[in-house]
Amino acid sequence: MTLVEHLPVLVVILPLMAAPLCVVVDHRRAAWLIALAAAWLSLAGSIALLQQVHANGALDYQLGGWPPPWGIEYRVDLLGAYVLLIVCAIAALVLWFARLSVEREIAANRIVHFYAIFLLAFAGMVGMIATGDAFNLFVFLEISALSSYALISMGRDRRALNAAFQYLVMGTLGATFILIGIGFLYMMTGTLNMLDLAARLPAVSDTRTVRAGFAFLTVGIGLKLALFPLHLWLPNAYAYAPSTVTAFLSATATKVAVYVLLRFLLEVFGADFSLGRMPLDTFLLVLGLLGTLLASLVAIYQTDVKRMLAYSSVAQIGYMVLGIGLASTLGVTAAMLHLFNHALMKGALFLALGAVAYRIGSVTLRDFAGLGQRMPWTMSAIVIGGLSLIGVPPTVGFVSKWYLVQATLEQGLWPIAVLILIGSLLALIYIWKLVETAYFGRPAGDVAVVGEAPWSMQVSIWLLVGANLYFGIDTDLTVGVARDAAGSLLGGTG
Amino acid sequence: MSTLPGLYNYWVVVFLMMAGFYVVISHGNLIKKLVGLGLFQTSVFILYISIGKVAGGTAPIAKAGVTLYSNPLPHVLILTAIVVGVATTAVGLALVLRIREAYGSIEEDDINRQDLADDQGAPRAPEPAQAADRKQAE
Repeated sequence: MTLVEHLPVLVVILPLMAAPLCVVVDHRRAAWLIALAAAWLSLAGSIALLQQVHANGALDYQLGGWPPPWGIEYRVDLLGAYVLLIVCAIAALVLWFARLSVEREIAANRIVHFYAIFLLAFAGMVGMIATGDAFNLFVFLEISALSSYALISMGRDRRALNAAFQYLVMGTLGATFILIGIGFLYMMTGTLNMLDLAARLPAVSDTRTVRAGFAFLTVGIGLKLALFPLHLWLPNAYAYAPSTVTAFLSATATKVAVYVLLRFLLEVFGADFSLGRMPLDTFLLVLGLLGTLLASLVAIYQTDVKRMLAYSSVAQIGYMVLGIGLASTLGVTAAMLHLFNHALMKGALFLALGAVAYRIGSVTLRDFAGLGQRMPWTMSAIVIGGLSLIGVPPTVGFVSKWYLVQATLEQGLWPIAVLILIGSLLALIYIWKLVETAYFGRPAGDVAVVGEAPWSMQVSIWLLVGANLYFGIDTDLTVGVARDAAGSLLGGTG
Repeated sequence: MSTLPGLYNYWVVVFLMMAGFYVVISHGNLIKKLVGLGLFQTSVFILYISIGKVAGGTAPIAKAGVTLYSNPLPHVLILTAIVVGVATTAVGLALVLRIREAYGSIEEDDINRQDLADDQGAPRAPEPAQAADRKQAE
């Protein structure tokens, strides 16, 4: 076997093995280097995987050589490779950014453990994407969730502890719901392999057990996804977590949950069952729209910029869910595009906030006054990220909104298209508040002269900002892959 | 199996699940919440074990003269889920411990009230180590 054939499992094993290595080495700089190396190697692996899958179709890997459905199978198809790429890229860039930020925000004796837990969270997410086994997915979900709780609780503010506990309760309920759902499916089909499930479910799909399993899975994934109104854990968790953790989780955790939702709804159950015979399409449409509008409204009134952007995340997740709810190839394409693009914009924005927190030690709106002059580069990164969030061309935000509006108009749902545009206007309001304070506000009282963020932080921020602009202009990769993946998921059912 | 006593296991599961869920929602004490969460998770373990039972089958241990075994796979799955449950409880308890140190309370109402005061009040002064750090940077 060549190296490429092992890639589906290598991208998971690398961070998983690097995590204990960090603890064993027990040296701060070395732990950072190990984490960084693992993330970049995984990124290289995911790029190779995407190329391979794009050219030759899905890659299977049988763990221990046991053929499915008996053994656990890892399977990376186009959708998987696409989400894998964005998760690995964000992890690699965030870790590059992390060194200085973590030294500032995390107690010195916890830094080694911080990197180890960070790697575990990363490995869990990559595992969820790579696995083709429903129960294995639950295990990886819990690995990433448990490490996320620990990461969030490392925030400086004591409110981080309460936020982490709330997340733990909500997250465990969600994961247990998913476990129940998988149990019901196993009860009816006797298999846990996703492809095998997809093949066997249609025969028994008219039973109450399968419908109950479907409901449990949807609600469970909805909790993980922070789907409105199950989003209550998210704003505080993101607001009080360390800056690097917020940037990493906001750009990856909910995206992986969207991926799991797509995987179960469209592949395991099939679009015909989940969006056709079950009324989930309407549910997702309504909840997506409500989430978008209400969370954007709440975001306008936040005084903590981190929490403002956290509410904005709930709103953006609304767009993705909306796209899935449209139940058309174009709608799912738009959802996948927004998954990728939102990771880029929120990654850039939260990393820039991390740089601000590094320099002035706070991210409340009041402290942003006059920051446009004092940290010009970081603030222009925030402005470009914000424009992308609103959906101004030539940023990635425009591309995904464009496809989403097209998908609604395709079905003649113009009121929804109008509501999407109103959502963008709301985003304009809260981003403008931030810009106005930073460029036109006068700092109150005496302000220490602060310089620009260190160059190592700028590199990560501007690579993401550059990606925001690049993928806004050259959409071949994102749109092409998203359309192919959506087409193959909706396949026969159209 | 369709009769009420035949579904006895599943009634136990439903009862435990709802009891656990109710405790998580209704109690303000964080430790009690974790107990409820544990109960909720345990009910799912029983659900899985019940699925694995094959009518008339014996324990899945290879033995001469036995042909019908219960399905061992759910047991193995639940072994993993139990480990996950233990880990969740451990992380939860560790968090409660630190919450107690930071807030001096493990009652949710009390903690939320203090959080609200933090939200409205002046931003807490940065810790001395960081203030000194910033001076150096300047």
